Amino acid sequence: MELRLENLTKIFTNKTGAETTAVDKLDITIESGTLVGLLGPSGCGKSTTLFMIAGLVKPTGGKIFFGDDDVTKLAPEKRGIGLVFQNYALYPHMTVFKNIIFPLENLDVPRDEAIERVKEMANLVGIGELLDRKPSQLSGGQQQRVAIARALVKKPRVLLLDEPLSNLDARLRLQMREEIKRIQREIGITTIFVTHDQEEAMSISDKMVVLDFGKEQQYDAPQVMYNNPTNLFVAKFLGNPPINTFEAEVKKGYLILNDQKFAKVDITDGLYDIGMRPENFRVKEDGFKAKINEIFHIGRDTMIHFELNGKNIRALVDSDSIDDSNESVSLTIKNERIYIFDKETGQVVNHG
Amino acid sequence: MADFIANTKRVLLRFKTAVKTFFWNVRRVVNNFKKRIGKFLDKHNLNVASKFPGWAKALLYLSPALIVLSIFTFWPIINSFALVVYENYNMSNNTITGYTVFGNFLTVITDESFIIPAAHTGSSAVINTLIIVFISVPISVLLALFIAVALNSIKPLKSFFQTIYFLPYVTNTIAIGLVFAYMFRSDGGLVNQLLGMVGIQAQGLSWVESGAVYWRSMFVLIFYSIWSSLAFKIMVFLTSIQGIDKQYYQAAAIDATPRGRIFTNITVPLISPMIFYILVTSVIGAFKIYNAIVALFGVSGAPPGVDYNLQSIVMYIYQFIDGSNAGNLSVAAAASLILFAIILVLTLVQMQVSKKRVHY
Repeated sequence: MELRLENLTKIFTNKTGAETTAVDKLDITIESGTLVGLLGPSGCGKSTTLFMIAGLVKPTGGKIFFGDDDVTKLAPEKRGIGLVFQNYALYPHMTVFKNIIFPLENLDVPRDEAIERVKEMANLVGIGELLDRKPSQLSGGQQQRVAIARALVKKPRVLLLDEPLSNLDARLRLQMREEIKRIQREIGITTIFVTHDQEEAMSISDKMVVLDFGKEQQYDAPQVMYNNPTNLFVAKFLGNPPINTFEAEVKKGYLILNDQKFAKVDITDGLYDIGMRPENFRVKEDGFKAKINEIFHIGRDTMIHFELNGKNIRALVDSDSIDDSNESVSLTIKNERIYIFDKETGQVVNHG
Repeated sequence: MADFIANTKRVLLRFKTAVKTFFWNVRRVVNNFKKRIGKFLDKHNLNVASKFPGWAKALLYLSPALIVLSIFTFWPIINSFALVVYENYNMSNNTITGYTVFGNFLTVITDESFIIPAAHTGSSAVINTLIIVFISVPISVLLALFIAVALNSIKPLKSFFQTIYFLPYVTNTIAIGLVFAYMFRSDGGLVNQLLGMVGIQAQGLSWVESGAVYWRSMFVLIFYSIWSSLAFKIMVFLTSIQGIDKQYYQAAAIDATPRGRIFTNITVPLISPMIFYILVTSVIGAFKIYNAIVALFGVSGAPPGVDYNLQSIVMYIYQFIDGSNAGNLSVAAAASLILFAIILVLTLVQMQVSKKRVHY
C-alpha cells in the first residue's frame, strides 16, 4: 500500500507560547512495499513524523494518506499500523507468546487461528523456541524480534520502526539490519523506520529521506543520494569519515585550489563551498602533489591528512599504494566526484 | 515606578549573589579546615574513623533508632512472651502464683467476648475485626485503584482533585470520626436527610446512637475506615501509575486495546508490587483497628443501650491494660500473641498467593 504525506506540519507550542516547528511541510510519497528510512540528526523531527503517521501525535497541518484513505484524523488503532518502539515496550509481565498474541486478542480472530499466526510470526522472526520466556530473560536482539513479531502479527498495512537498532550492540546491529530487511522482503509490507545512523539507513533502506529542522532535504535511493547530494547538509550527513568541505574560488571556468587550476568546471565564477569525499581520492602519478601531514593506518585503508586551501583534508586510500616513509603523495579525484555548493543556499551547482 | 521595580530587582539580585558567594566561601573555609584536621590526625596516627571496621560505624549511626526501638518495641515483644507464661500476674506488686504454658491462651480463647459471642452482646472481638478486615480492605483497595486511574486520566484540575482526595490523610482521625458520628445522627443527620430526599423514610433512623442495629453501626464503621484509609492508597497507586512507561500505553493504543483490558492487562500487573504492598499493610492495619471505633462509638465500643459490642481485638487487649479488667497483663499478652499469629498467617498466605500474581 502506498503511503503519502501531504504538506505534513507539526508545530509544538511550549508554556511560554514559543513555537517550534518540528516538521515543516513534508511532501513524501512512499511506494508500496518499500523500506524507507527517515534519517536526520537528533531533533530534526523524524520521530515526530513517525508518530504522526502512527497517529500518536496529531499533526498541526497537512494530510496523511494510506493508499486512497485519508487517515489524518483517524485514531491510531483504526489505521492498521504496526509500531516497534525504540525500547520495544514489551509488556514485562507477559510471556513472549502473550506479548505477541496481545494485539490479536482485541481483534475478531478465532483462537486457533490467532495461535497459528503467533507461531508462524515467531518462526518468521526466529524466536519460535522462546515463546514461553519473559522479556527479561531475552537478549536485546531477541526482544527486538519479539517487538517486530508483535507489530506484524495483526497484519498491519504499514510497519513503523522507531530507532529499531539503537539499543543493540554493534555486532548485533549488523545482524538485525539484515534480519529486518529479510522480514520486510518476505512479508512485502510498506515499512518506515527512523534512525540517526546514516550507515544503518543506507544499508537497509530502499529509499531514504534526509530531514533537517523538520524540512525534507532529499528523498532518494541511498546510493543516488550518496553520489548526488542535492545540498551541503546531505553531503555532510552521509558518509563516514565525513566529506571534506572547504571554500574555494572558481575563476574563468576553473576551480582554483592552492592557487592553481585544479579542475575545469562549468559554472559561473565566484566563491563556493567545495565537498570531496575522502574515499574518492586515488593515488596516481599524474595527480596533484599533496604534502602528507599525518598518516593513519586503519585496517584495509590508510587515512592521510594534507592541506588544500589551508584546510585539513582527509583522504582514504589503499594501504598498498602508500607507505610511511612518503613525505608527499600524488592524488587524483574525478571531476564528477567534486561537489560544488552555492555559498548562500547550500544547493549543489555542478550535479543533477 | 518601573524604575523602582528595576532597582529593587537589581538590589535583590546583588543580595542573592552576595549570599551565595558567602556560603560558597564558608564551604571553602570548612573544607580547608576539615582537610587540615584530617592531615593532622593522619600525621599523628589518630584517625579514629579509619581504625573502626565498617559495621562498627554503621552501628554507631544506627544506635539512636536502635535504642528507641529496643526500649519501646523489641523489649515489649520479648516481654509479652515472658508475660504469657505467668499465672495470675499482679502488676502492682509484681508477683505471680506460678507458671503456665497455655493457661492464658485458654483464658482468652474461652473468654466470652473474644471469639465466642457473649450471650448478652451477640458479637465478639474477633468476629468484629474479621468483618472489618475482609469487607473494608478489598473495597478500599479496589476503590483506591479505580480512583487513582481516574485521577491519572483527567487533565484539567488534576492537582485540585488530587488534593481533595488526599485531604483525609492530613485530617485527624478522631475529628473525622466525630464528623461522621454527626453526619449519621438519627435526628437531623445529613445521611438521614439525604435518604429522606431520595424518598426513603429515614426520619429517626439510628446509625450510631442507641437503638442502632448491629449491621447499621458496622456499616458506618466500615464506611468510615474505608474513607479514611483511601487517601494514602490513592497516593501510592497514583505515583506508581505515573511511573509506568508511556510507551506501554501507546503500544496498547495502536493495538486497539479497550480501556478495561488496558487496566487489567497493563496497569494492574505493572503496579502489582505496589498493590501487594498496600494489600499487606492494609490487612495488618485493619486488624489493628482501634481509634476509628473509639472515634465513632467511644471507648465502650458500642452505641449506648444496645446488646452488642463493636470492639476489635486491639480494644479487647486494651481493656486488660487500662480498661475494665486492668492489670491482667498476661491475658493481654496472650491475646496480642494470638493477633500476631493471625496477622502472620494471613501475611504468609498473601505472600504465597502473590508469587504468581505479582510481577516485579
